[in-house]
Amino acid sequence: MEKQDLLRVYRSMKTIREFEERLHLEIQTGEIAGFTHLYSGQEASAVGVCDALSKDDYIVSTHRGHGHCIAKGCDVKGMMLEIYGRAGGLCKGKGGSMHIADFDVGMMGANAIVGGGPPLAVGAAIAAGIDGNGNVAVAFGGDGSSNQGTVFEAMNLAVVLKAPALFVFENNGYGEHTGDEYAVGAESIQARSAAFGMLSLAADGNDFFDVYEKTAQALEHARAGRGPVSLELQTQRYFGHFEGDPQKYRAAGEVEKARQEDDCLLRFRARVTGDGSLTEAELDAVDAEVLALIDEAVAEARQAPAPTPDDVLTDVYVSY
Amino acid sequence: MPVMNVRQAINETLHQEMERDENVIVLGEDVSGGAGTPSGEREAIGGIWGTTGGLLPKFGEKRVIDTPITESAIIGAAAGASLVGKRAVAELMFADFIGVCMDQLFNQIAKFRYMFGGKAKCPVVVRLIYGAGMNSAAQHSQALYNMLTAVPGLKVVTPTNAADAKGLLTTAIRDDDPVMFFEHKALYTKKCEVPEGEYLVPFGEAQLLRQGDDVSVVAIGRMAYFAEKAVDALAEQGIGCDLIEPRTLSPLDEDSIIDSVEKTGRLVVVDESPPRCSIASDLAGIVAGKAFSSLKAPIEMVTAPHTPIPFARELERAYLPGPDKISAAISKAAGYR
Repeated sequence: MEKQDLLRVYRSMKTIREFEERLHLEIQTGEIAGFTHLYSGQEASAVGVCDALSKDDYIVSTHRGHGHCIAKGCDVKGMMLEIYGRAGGLCKGKGGSMHIADFDVGMMGANAIVGGGPPLAVGAAIAAGIDGNGNVAVAFGGDGSSNQGTVFEAMNLAVVLKAPALFVFENNGYGEHTGDEYAVGAESIQARSAAFGMLSLAADGNDFFDVYEKTAQALEHARAGRGPVSLELQTQRYFGHFEGDPQKYRAAGEVEKARQEDDCLLRFRARVTGDGSLTEAELDAVDAEVLALIDEAVAEARQAPAPTPDDVLTDVYVSY
Repeated sequence: MPVMNVRQAINETLHQEMERDENVIVLGEDVSGGAGTPSGEREAIGGIWGTTGGLLPKFGEKRVIDTPITESAIIGAAAGASLVGKRAVAELMFADFIGVCMDQLFNQIAKFRYMFGGKAKCPVVVRLIYGAGMNSAAQHSQALYNMLTAVPGLKVVTPTNAADAKGLLTTAIRDDDPVMFFEHKALYTKKCEVPEGEYLVPFGEAQLLRQGDDVSVVAIGRMAYFAEKAVDALAEQGIGCDLIEPRTLSPLDEDSIIDSVEKTGRLVVVDESPPRCSIASDLAGIVAGKAFSSLKAPIEMVTAPHTPIPFARELERAYLPGPDKISAAISKAAGYR
């Protein structure tokens, strides 16, 4: 990768990290309403996949979707406004943390029904196949969603129709408060996906380069009309299922160890400085930019006007 | 004007709209049939209701998509394709199968536009084949339009004749919102004159099938035919009825119903669904709220009983509202003092 590409990748991962770490603090002030599911720890997965995509490719995301949104190019300030429930948010304050969408950048929406998104991605992939435009639709999901029937149906239909879809399973070890070793009955999500008759890959979800390379391999396969691909990524989340989760399922010191020994940002930094691609100073400069952006986004969101009660009634239909 | 039945009208409309707009696609179970079979006959059935025949040979496999038996994926894929520029017409062979794909209907397609702040457009049409009267028993006979009418974000259409089937389906396919298009399986063979070429019937405009001053009768779907029989018989006895068939349940032509009740002061609602949380109870509630001072008699609801739908001929006949029950309800409303 060229230097500018590496900087873009790092900026994207760092933006997700700081966005989420800051939300973790701001949520405790009580200013942010509703459920929030943070993505910290999984940044290499979202960015590794999305950086391999073009703007015209589609993604559908999950309740833990902030990372996918940022990686696909959603406006960070618009996202923060949305999470604060402001009129100027990406979805006018009607969606909130779990329902951010931006069709202009191919982000078809975060979906808070576990397993709700993959059938939609297959539809977008079918449309791309009809138009022959080479676009691919990516369905992000977790180890939890991998057990949903809708996901099985979507995978089978994609295989039957040879739809250019990519099913990304970010296995962070927990479906809500239950371990994947218990809930995923198959040997692995990768093995189960293979049984559907599709190319089935796996990568270290905390290694940007591994995710990116496997995604590129998957996209080449799908764009060539050879059908859908599954990609299982082993990763970790640093926070609970939702903010406020007591996390009794965690082992002692588990998150601290992951943050120290297997953090995707630290690993990226070590690799690119180790091989001389980037300097610590260059990366530090990105850190400063990102922190300033998040500061601004929070400050603006705090001050921004709320929607008005009249807005309740709009946007139900295109025509009434 | 040519005479055709509902089945033919729907088929003609699908052909016309697929010709007119290359973004219109059709998908569902056996919409063509024959894929992966030894005979080599690719169009093995053309839809089990015969409504999608001839589409595959004309428009090809990319736009006429035979799916596995996979309702969640059918509706989800139709929605996903429609979010990115297609106008998908998905067939649910039996409306009862919404149980399999309900999430995609009420949590997904109904909510995209609102949840995403007006950014999304999902012009999908789901054709749901519904209704009792063919001894199809509890899981293949239900009139479930009430469940989807309850969901904001969906439009719900219940055509009763071939002309409306064409006009309303054309409107549905061109509409930018998701439309639940309910086709009554016992009405497929009903014939009438159907306008040639492009023909649209707007949503939210009820039709007045009979006019009279004594009682307002609102009947949904196939019940409109039974109500016609009852109303015509009572007319000979001197009881005159307005008979209103709403055509679309969402949007609902409330004005036509309220205006009629303000004239007659008496209302009978006829619905094939069980009574609780039905279109019948919904209409009764609307009229009670908006035309209370005009009412001269309690609102009568003629519905199926609060039971699953039975199989045996005798049981299904007893289950379904028919002209006799409707007639008795109208007489009761008319005679109330």
